[in-house]
Amino acid sequence: MIKISAKNVDVFYGKKQALFNINLDIEENQVTALIGPSGCGKSTFLRCLNRMNDVIDICKVQGEIVINDFNINDKGCDVVRLREKIGMVFQKPNPFPKTLYENISYGPSIHGMAQSKQEMDEIVEISLKKAALWEEVKDRLHEPGTGLSGGQQQRLCIARAISVQPEVILMDEPCSALDPIATAQIEELIDELKKEHTIIIVTHSMAQAARVSQRTGFFHLGELIEHGLTDKIFKNPDNTKTQDYITGRFG
Amino acid sequence: MNLVLFIFIVLLGFTSYYFGRKKAYTIQSTNKRLTALPQFYGYYLAIWCAIPAFIIYSLWAIFEPTIVKLLILSDYANQGYLDDELNLIYEKTKALSRGQFTGEVTSFIQTSSEKYLNLRSIAQSSKVVIVLCIIIASVAYAYKRISSNNRTREPVEKFFNAVLFTASLAAILTTVGIVFSLIFQTIDFFKVIPLFDFVFGTHWYPAKAFVRDSSEALDPTMYSDTFGAVPIFAGTFFIAFIAMCVAIPIGLMSGIYLAEYASYKVRQYAKPLIEILAGIPTVVYGFFAALTVGPFLKDIGTAMGLEVSAESALAAGGVMGIMIIPFISSLSDDVITSVPQSLRDGSYAMGATKSETIKKVIFPAALPGIVGSILLGVSRAIGETMIVVMASGLAANLTLNPLESTSTITAQIVVILIGDQAFGDPKTQAAFALGMSLFIVTLCLNIVALRVVKKYREKYE
Amino acid sequence: MNKNKEKLLAKRYSSEKRFQFLGKSAIFMALLFLAFFIFKIFSTGYTAFQKTWLIVPVNFDAETMYLDANPSKEDLEDADYFEISLQSMFNLDKNANEKQQNELKKMVSYFFEREIKQELINDPSLLGKTKEIYLTASDDLDQVFKGNYPRDLPEKQRRVTDYQLKIFDQLVEQGKVESKFNLSFFTYPDSREAELAGIASSFMGSIFSILVCLVIAFPVAVLAAIYLEEFAPKNRFTDFIEVNINNLAAVPSIVFGLLGLGILLAVFQLPRSTPLVGGITLSLMTLPTIIIACRASLKAVPPSIREAALAMGASRMQTTMHHTVPLSMPGTLSGTIIGLAQALGETAPLILIGMVAFVNTIPGSPMDPAASLPVQIYIWAESAERGFVEKVSACIMVLLGFLIIMNLFAQIIRHKFEKKWS
Repeated sequence: MIKISAKNVDVFYGKKQALFNINLDIEENQVTALIGPSGCGKSTFLRCLNRMNDVIDICKVQGEIVINDFNINDKGCDVVRLREKIGMVFQKPNPFPKTLYENISYGPSIHGMAQSKQEMDEIVEISLKKAALWEEVKDRLHEPGTGLSGGQQQRLCIARAISVQPEVILMDEPCSALDPIATAQIEELIDELKKEHTIIIVTHSMAQAARVSQRTGFFHLGELIEHGLTDKIFKNPDNTKTQDYITGRFG
Repeated sequence: MNLVLFIFIVLLGFTSYYFGRKKAYTIQSTNKRLTALPQFYGYYLAIWCAIPAFIIYSLWAIFEPTIVKLLILSDYANQGYLDDELNLIYEKTKALSRGQFTGEVTSFIQTSSEKYLNLRSIAQSSKVVIVLCIIIASVAYAYKRISSNNRTREPVEKFFNAVLFTASLAAILTTVGIVFSLIFQTIDFFKVIPLFDFVFGTHWYPAKAFVRDSSEALDPTMYSDTFGAVPIFAGTFFIAFIAMCVAIPIGLMSGIYLAEYASYKVRQYAKPLIEILAGIPTVVYGFFAALTVGPFLKDIGTAMGLEVSAESALAAGGVMGIMIIPFISSLSDDVITSVPQSLRDGSYAMGATKSETIKKVIFPAALPGIVGSILLGVSRAIGETMIVVMASGLAANLTLNPLESTSTITAQIVVILIGDQAFGDPKTQAAFALGMSLFIVTLCLNIVALRVVKKYREKYE
Repeated sequence: MNKNKEKLLAKRYSSEKRFQFLGKSAIFMALLFLAFFIFKIFSTGYTAFQKTWLIVPVNFDAETMYLDANPSKEDLEDADYFEISLQSMFNLDKNANEKQQNELKKMVSYFFEREIKQELINDPSLLGKTKEIYLTASDDLDQVFKGNYPRDLPEKQRRVTDYQLKIFDQLVEQGKVESKFNLSFFTYPDSREAELAGIASSFMGSIFSILVCLVIAFPVAVLAAIYLEEFAPKNRFTDFIEVNINNLAAVPSIVFGLLGLGILLAVFQLPRSTPLVGGITLSLMTLPTIIIACRASLKAVPPSIREAALAMGASRMQTTMHHTVPLSMPGTLSGTIIGLAQALGETAPLILIGMVAFVNTIPGSPMDPAASLPVQIYIWAESAERGFVEKVSACIMVLLGFLIIMNLFAQIIRHKFEKKWS
């Protein structure tokens, strides 16, 4: 089933066009990986999906992005509600300078998801458990989140993202700042999360894309060159550019 | 005479620069390799010419009067004069030799005065001779060294380095100067007024001390209940509090708006406009408070049936608050802008609105920096003088009613020290004691604030 | 559940709007204060640039002045002008009794005798003739003419008597009262009489103080900044200097006044009330500001420039003096000007070192007693006469004018000459 469908998406930074006519459908409860050399626009595309590009003044998005039969680039679209449905994890772990508990409870509390302290405790616990962090931090929930290791911080950010039960989770190179062990943990986690969430992950590492994703899109110079099942893209791509990139001839 | 000598030394310095450089060219013309650029030979010679001469010259200027005085007064030694009387004799002698003495001229003073003139002329001529000798000797030495093509760049650069270092000591010297100027008077003050009475006394009435004769000045009982600084300290903090009540909400909200909401264009115009408020001299604020705000508050108060003094703490504090707005807004703007964008992204991605992001993520993250800027604002409010002097009255009432007049540390210092002061008077010393307390309080605030801000900066760099 | 959610969302959005509104109103308030402030100063001050003159016929009667028909210049200087001056005022109302005559005399400044004298010395041919002469009106009548004086107060509460007003109104009707540009505001020294008070003495005092301040603070601050930024080893002592500088920048200005009083006046015995002492005090105050500005602009010069020069075999001193310092000059200069502008507006320390004394001569050097513009504002603001209120505002306008010019200048230097390193 198609969860997100992007139609004719163009993105401009001031006068410079960053994305050209992107058409891409994203399947529900699958992991879709976006790969490509740096500066190819894959992160820009990811940020279109929860309208994080609004934060950048000079950025303009054109075209349709339909989620649940609703075009999020419509004027009537409420970004607050949109972002509640579509969570995001960033390249560098960015826990708030608050306690672990407050980091997780932040989303539920602003969206009014818990009526009592007890419910909130529950949400925090479930989120941390889903992010496979609970065992490591359950005794120090009221210590600052910035005191964790890099991998733990990133899992904390994932826990924060899933605390509001989003339908989609966007991950912008979530492992690029982490060591291999932490990366492995996150990848395992992604595999687990796809049961309940649709996941779109931007990654630099083709190996990672191959490991975690079911579908893959290849971006080059602001264009979506090719997309499809990961197996096919990696083993038998249609486009020679994809072939060259996969085999490491450029990028 | 002194000026002529001074100019002469300077001219000699320039000449020796020229000769040094010329010497370098002659060395060069004999096909020897120079050890430095020709100018350095010039600098080298000029430094050797002028600096020793200046040192001798200034030492002479410092010690000559003392030595002359000693020599003059040695005639009066062992005659049972008191120190004060000796000083008087010396002053008379000097006045007579300048022809400005109006009074009975005794033969003693007449001879002293002749001796004084004599000594001075000897001193003058020997100074010129010695300075010239020094110049000749040091130039000769330096010239010999450069003739043998010795190194000149290193010593010259070392000299300049020393000059730079000395300049950087100016900041320390100023601090030392502040402490010294305050501490002696303060100690003298506490010899007369017990520290306890000053810190815990509730009556401040320095005018009472003024009427007394100076011969009574050292009788401590006369000053009981005169120099109790509690009303002054209370007034200072009270007015600063009122000022911060105005400055913090407006300053902070403008800072937040400028940093987070304002478009580039609004920011470009609003920020400098608000900062104009910080550039307006405080005396202008004082006039504004006294002429407009004070009477305005009084009118409103009277209309509401309240007793409002035309010189109220509210008027002074309110206007002071306006003055402090830009400090708080600029500093908190800087602090908020330096919160990393990733935290904002994190919060927006959770579906938070802008104000939620600001209130729950950015503000807590920026809090140390904001607290630092507020502390700096408080320090400024406490040290502000002219607004209080002009708008808040000078009577030290111990009150928490913002509609009454109160006084502050700074205002009292001005009240006491405006006009002529006698340095031995406890009243004058009280002003220095107040200055000392002001210095200590603001110093502590500044150190804490600067440290907090610095720590904060380092965290996000 | 969904309904609750909608409600919550609406609440969140309205709180967002409220917060934004608060921010906007804070900015609005701050700007409103500024606007009101400037409006107030201008509206009370602009009248001070006009001065009211009474046009009074004066009979230069040689006999009354004890002069012969062809007096020499010295005779004119020494003549007695008092009688003809008085007489010309009394002539405004021939029926005046003694008390009223006294009031007539007070309608012009006490200076009127000299104004009449000057007229004759400029044109000796007037002797024996009658001429209408412009005499400076008293400050109260000046205010009456400008409409700043509450005429409807009971006579006892006014300094202008009904009789004076009556004569004055007659003069106005005859067109014998005129308002002209107040040149004397800029050329006269301070005076106890509002109509004669000018800013010349305090202006010169300010100029001298600022010059002294510049001459001392600029070289010392630049040298210190160069040392700290380029040569100082990173150790506890330089840290201490740095902490010192930052603290000094935040020490209340009045403490510097105490320093000037306790050290410069008491220990070094420098002359009281002079711009020299004022300038030294101010220079100590501006020193940290300039050091900080200069260090910042030295820091902004990229290390690659230094490395390039050093790699060419230049010594550190040469690198600094030939490359880094010249490149940092725009920032340093604009910082210096801003520091001087601050010093120019400073009042409290100057009061403590006695620059608040009444000075009715124009100082010719930094060693002569003087006031300064901000101190003049303070002195006049403390005076009771109504005529001084507009003078204060006018003086503020002059001072603000200078500050604006200095700041603009600093901006121009910064934007025109500063290199942008990318």
